[in-house]
Amino acid sequence: MKIPANFRIVRVPCTGKVDIIHVLRAFEKGADGVYVVGCMEGDCHYNEGNFRARKRIEQAAMILDKVGVGGERVKMFNLSSGEGPLFAQYSIEMNNKIIELGPSPIRVAKQNKKNAA
Amino acid sequence: MIIAEKKPIEEIIDEVKDFNRILILGCNECVTVCEAGGKKEVEVLSSALRMYFITKGDEKVIDEKTLERQCDHEYLEELRGNIDDYDAIVSLACGVGVQFAAEKYLTTPLFPGVNTVCLGANEDRGLWTERCQACGSCILARTGGICPVSRCAKRVMNGPCGGSTNGKCEISKDVDCAWQLIVDRLNALNKMGDYEKVAPIKDWSTDRAGGPRTVTREDVKI
Repeated sequence: MKIPANFRIVRVPCTGKVDIIHVLRAFEKGADGVYVVGCMEGDCHYNEGNFRARKRIEQAAMILDKVGVGGERVKMFNLSSGEGPLFAQYSIEMNNKIIELGPSPIRVAKQNKKNAA
Repeated sequence: MIIAEKKPIEEIIDEVKDFNRILILGCNECVTVCEAGGKKEVEVLSSALRMYFITKGDEKVIDEKTLERQCDHEYLEELRGNIDDYDAIVSLACGVGVQFAAEKYLTTPLFPGVNTVCLGANEDRGLWTERCQACGSCILARTGGICPVSRCAKRVMNGPCGGSTNGKCEISKDVDCAWQLIVDRLNALNKMGDYEKVAPIKDWSTDRAGGPRTVTREDVKI
């Protein structure tokens, strides 16, 4: 199974490292969507890393909703490290979702400003 | 520590929407520990505001700074040099910090970014609970280290009252009866004799009832 080539993978030692600001900055810089892929719940080597990530993603989604970018552009997935095909499936799922939503309002606003200049 | 809660973003947006150069000012003390107004929260709020105004086609300058404390002259003075670069400041410090900054920089509008809630402890991850109401005359020595002023709904000095049932307060089944906790602790300390002593009338003049309070220390004044 092929994965879409239109996203950038940012490797982190554990999803517990991912903070709200990392997600928000990606959107500020023009990303159309962000998804975080962590280990299966209950299987975290650090016990709570992926639970922390889930909470932070929920908070990021809430903030994105409030500022008009849309909380549905950010999502957390869980899989085990051996599940390559599932990673591809989640990537396709996220890609389809973002295509359906269209470009991020931030990117549209930045483009409009550039065109006006 | 002082416990504060983040204000809803929409409330902050409404306060600052007419300003073009805004400083989001965090505090490295209590509000950092209770995850309401530290460096991280400054970054998140700034990013959220920037995104909101960009999508509205109203791009603003939104800068970030976090001071060691906002309740001390020396740290607030750090802003002196570039305070005129901003039309407004959103302070994520507790009410003390916001007021102290406002007193110092008279002509710069200043808005609170948090609601200051109480003096409390970090009881569990994501749970902060009140422990002190700063009444100004501590009676914890007599009450087994548990405060009936902050933890008893009636502030009863010789409790418990008739509303205590199975260790809970009548106001809510989730609120412990402070006097039950006091009795349990005095029992554990084998000091139930203290419980039998009737507490004298508490001097509330040191509480807020006596007006705004100050502490003057001639021994440390220069």
